[in-house]
Amino acid sequence: MQFKARIHTSLKKSVLDPQGQTTLHALASMGFKEAQSLRIGKYFELALEAESRAKAEECIHAMCDKLLHNPVIEEYSFELQELPS
Amino acid sequence: MKAAVIVFPGSNCDTDCFHALRDVVKVPVEYVWHKDRHLPKVDLVVIPGGFSYGDYLRTGAIARFSPVMESVIQHANDGRAVLGICNGFQILLEAGLLPGAMLRNKTLEFICKHAWIRTEENLTIFTGQMEPGETLCVPIAHGEGNYYCDDDTLKSLHDHSQVVFRYCSEDGKTGDAFNPNGSKDHIAGIVNKKKNVLGMMPHPERSSEAILGSSDGLKIFESILNALE
Repeated sequence: MQFKARIHTSLKKSVLDPQGQTTLHALASMGFKEAQSLRIGKYFELALEAESRAKAEECIHAMCDKLLHNPVIEEYSFELQELPS
Repeated sequence: MKAAVIVFPGSNCDTDCFHALRDVVKVPVEYVWHKDRHLPKVDLVVIPGGFSYGDYLRTGAIARFSPVMESVIQHANDGRAVLGICNGFQILLEAGLLPGAMLRNKTLEFICKHAWIRTEENLTIFTGQMEPGETLCVPIAHGEGNYYCDDDTLKSLHDHSQVVFRYCSEDGKTGDAFNPNGSKDHIAGIVNKKKNVLGMMPHPERSSEAILGSSDGLKIFESILNALE
């Protein structure tokens, strides 16, 4: 089965994000008073093949734990979409 | 003492480290390409600064999986000396040989200048030639040197005397004004619990000869030589 995963990593809430802070201040100074908080993260689009949805999820967790995110400072989440064969 | 300098694609302080070891400290040294699985029999492994793999994903995150790293981890686990400088420090963190992680500098700027660091711990093979509290003038050049760890890890680092260098003023005072990158507790360098692996952001190889503006970094190499000879 073919899947597409959209993986997001971002700094944990407990970790300061100076890039996000600076961008938030820029938005505020441009007049976007609506902006309340902003965190910058990374986005990965991954095509993968797996026997089942469960296997695909297991595989993505393993990839995230081993390489894609650093658990000391980051957290991750993902959405998985099955592609028509 | 024999030394090896690991070379990754994107390393750019490998030649400086090689020069400092061969021509200044005067020890046998060889380069090891990151694809080599086997390390030659050496006492000291240096992981130099630079931008291994273009800093893609996270600094050090991909280099950490280079073939040579299994041997480097084995070398460290056997209790032999590893010195990671700048990107080398980042690689050691990603490899789990040292605790914590690196964040972008607080100012978001790449900072390249001389910095003062204070010797917090001289009972290591890397710092035996310094007095406790002795300050060194050593250049920094990094965009991600903002050392981070959680509070429990910081306490553990202090409990086990693992904080080796902290940013300071010329006369040894610590404070936000003297911390160039926002690192936790002004940390510039730490060792592992066994104290055979040192990671530091400042570059001792760029301050090993008077012609470079400071030779304070040489004390670190001399400490290693003195401890391992």
